[in-house]
Amino acid sequence: MEDGVYLGVDVGSVSTNLVVMEPGGRISKKVYLRTEGNPIASVQKAFREVAPEFAGVKVLGVGVTGSGRQLIGAITGADVIKNEITAQGVAALQAYPEVRTVLEIGGQDSKIILIENGVAVDFGMNTVCAAGTGSFLDQQAHRLNLSIAEFGQIALRSKNPVRIAGRCSVFAESDMIHKQQMGHSLEDIVAGLCAALVRNYLNNVAKGKEIRPPVLFQGGVAANAGIKRAFEQELGHQVMVPEYYDTMGAWGCALLAQEERAAYGKSRFRGFQLTEEEIRVSGFECVDCPNRCEVVEVKIDQRPLAGWGDRCGKWQRINAEATG
Amino acid sequence: MRLTFPHMGLLSLPVETLLNGLGHEAVPAPPTNKRTFELGAKYSPEGACLPFKINLGNFIEALELGAEGILMGGGLGPCRFGYYAQVQQRILADLGFRFQMFLLEPLGGERQELYRTLQMLLAKVPVFQAMAAFRLACRKIRWVDRGNALLRSMLPRSKDRVKAQRSYERFLGAMREEKTPEKFGAHYRELEGELRADLWPEAEPPLRVKIIGEIYMVLEPRVNFHLEMLLGEMGVEVVRAMSVSQWVEEHLFGFFYPHHRRRTVLLSGPFLPSFVGGHGRETIAEMVDAGVNRLDGVIQVLPFTCMPEIVAQSIAPAVSATYRLPCLTLVLDEHSAEAGVLTRLEAFVDLLRRRRAVRTEAGRVPSGVPG
Repeated sequence: MEDGVYLGVDVGSVSTNLVVMEPGGRISKKVYLRTEGNPIASVQKAFREVAPEFAGVKVLGVGVTGSGRQLIGAITGADVIKNEITAQGVAALQAYPEVRTVLEIGGQDSKIILIENGVAVDFGMNTVCAAGTGSFLDQQAHRLNLSIAEFGQIALRSKNPVRIAGRCSVFAESDMIHKQQMGHSLEDIVAGLCAALVRNYLNNVAKGKEIRPPVLFQGGVAANAGIKRAFEQELGHQVMVPEYYDTMGAWGCALLAQEERAAYGKSRFRGFQLTEEEIRVSGFECVDCPNRCEVVEVKIDQRPLAGWGDRCGKWQRINAEATG
Repeated sequence: MRLTFPHMGLLSLPVETLLNGLGHEAVPAPPTNKRTFELGAKYSPEGACLPFKINLGNFIEALELGAEGILMGGGLGPCRFGYYAQVQQRILADLGFRFQMFLLEPLGGERQELYRTLQMLLAKVPVFQAMAAFRLACRKIRWVDRGNALLRSMLPRSKDRVKAQRSYERFLGAMREEKTPEKFGAHYRELEGELRADLWPEAEPPLRVKIIGEIYMVLEPRVNFHLEMLLGEMGVEVVRAMSVSQWVEEHLFGFFYPHHRRRTVLLSGPFLPSFVGGHGRETIAEMVDAGVNRLDGVIQVLPFTCMPEIVAQSIAPAVSATYRLPCLTLVLDEHSAEAGVLTRLEAFVDLLRRRRAVRTEAGRVPSGVPG
């Protein structure tokens, strides 16, 4: 096996994760940062954290996933740019090869992946509603002045969860406030919220899907023991939370980068100097044809690096020439 | 009369031809765009489905261009589409537009409405000329649909997918103007030549995915985020049974094509033995067909709140399990975002690719046969 490391980056709505993976799959370092609306800065920061330790090590491949994958893929020179579902599934299979169902709740979306004989055969993802995802839980924890970990622990103490309206996050919030004003205890309310979110997840995302054990629960929300217990109660069997539950996406795309390396044998990684570069992104409306595409262009130290958003491929092509 | 009609995929090509041939002036709405969405959503009931809103937006934009009459389809059964024309008529009248609404009801619907519409349509030219116009429009849409199917099958194998789509757009442009039916075939063969000239040598057959669901969402690329092109660019061959010409045969002339209905009833029977309105039954029938023919997967597209498709959606897992056929359901409305759709499509295509790779390796399916 070649000496070096693989990097996996997951740029999500809430958090940015970077993992440094040894060939074979072991994670030697992980960084978990808040994206805070600035994916470029948070990725630069994440790379800066690992640079001192790994700057001298050969990077064998880079995989990028998450909603910011295209932008960050261009900036880092990623070998694999993958959607979150594939990345999460690959990581789950690495963690538990016998897994049948993956429940994943992230910052703004939630998914279910069904696996048979080591291959994903079906998945579901929230379509018209995002109630019950991490950013809402975050908000509520913040409002109650709790950290997410505390939030789960408090829920576990509840003996008599109250029923919270869980379909719409705004109504859930009004209902929670109402229950607070009525004098219900904090733990009963928090546990009620966990149960409501799980019900909403099962009714929306997992509708019509058969959930078979072993079940893996991953994504940032898996830190919340209250949600885990609510899942177990609702499903009637044990739910496992993998060790790297909050960086599964990043780990998955590092694994995919390793697959890619096996097939092509080289990496396009641009190097750790990307932490110091001036990266500018601008959007404009291309007026060359009636499609009026909204084109995004990335420039590094004034040089164009990548572009996308065009239906005709012109901007993508110009940039491919610029970078060779 | 200056007549307009709703857009639905390639529908405007034959309808323009027909109306102009009948001595009217076709006033097509501008192609569905951002403003159409905005106008439609603004003046429609919030709970109405996306096709209603886009139709309404199309009508407003066409009335602004000077249309005097609207030609709209009618429907039967438990899909709200049957009332769309009436509701849209009142909304437009309340907005102060002066126009007449003409309904093309299916046979078995409101006879008087249909009679009134036909009387208006046929008032300008002698019967033999009307027949000729109708035949021309029918032949045109058949060739156009054929060209579309050709693109869908060639796109995943094209060396330059942008160029292939350009050729197709040129073909559509030429067909729109063409008035001589003898030349339809020549345009088609020109497209075929251009597409075939630029193919990768046949290696592994591409993934084959069938699009099923609510007809408007399936056929109108401007509301489904150009689903078929996106899939084609990902190297997937898109298969579908639904098309404008198929709709004309089945909806307007079902009487002459009883085998369409028989096939639908036969295929959907074990899973959905009754008519649930819209294309609910067709969705299940086509899904079964995809399973029997061992396609790699199906994608169901429906507008948010569509009743017949919700029924089909809840039956789909049973069909999926029976034929081991992955199914992705996309529920779309004016609030849908392209990024979300892209992510789901990418993930679905990945899933199908990995699934096929494993199956091929396992030797259960000999290589070269679509698994």
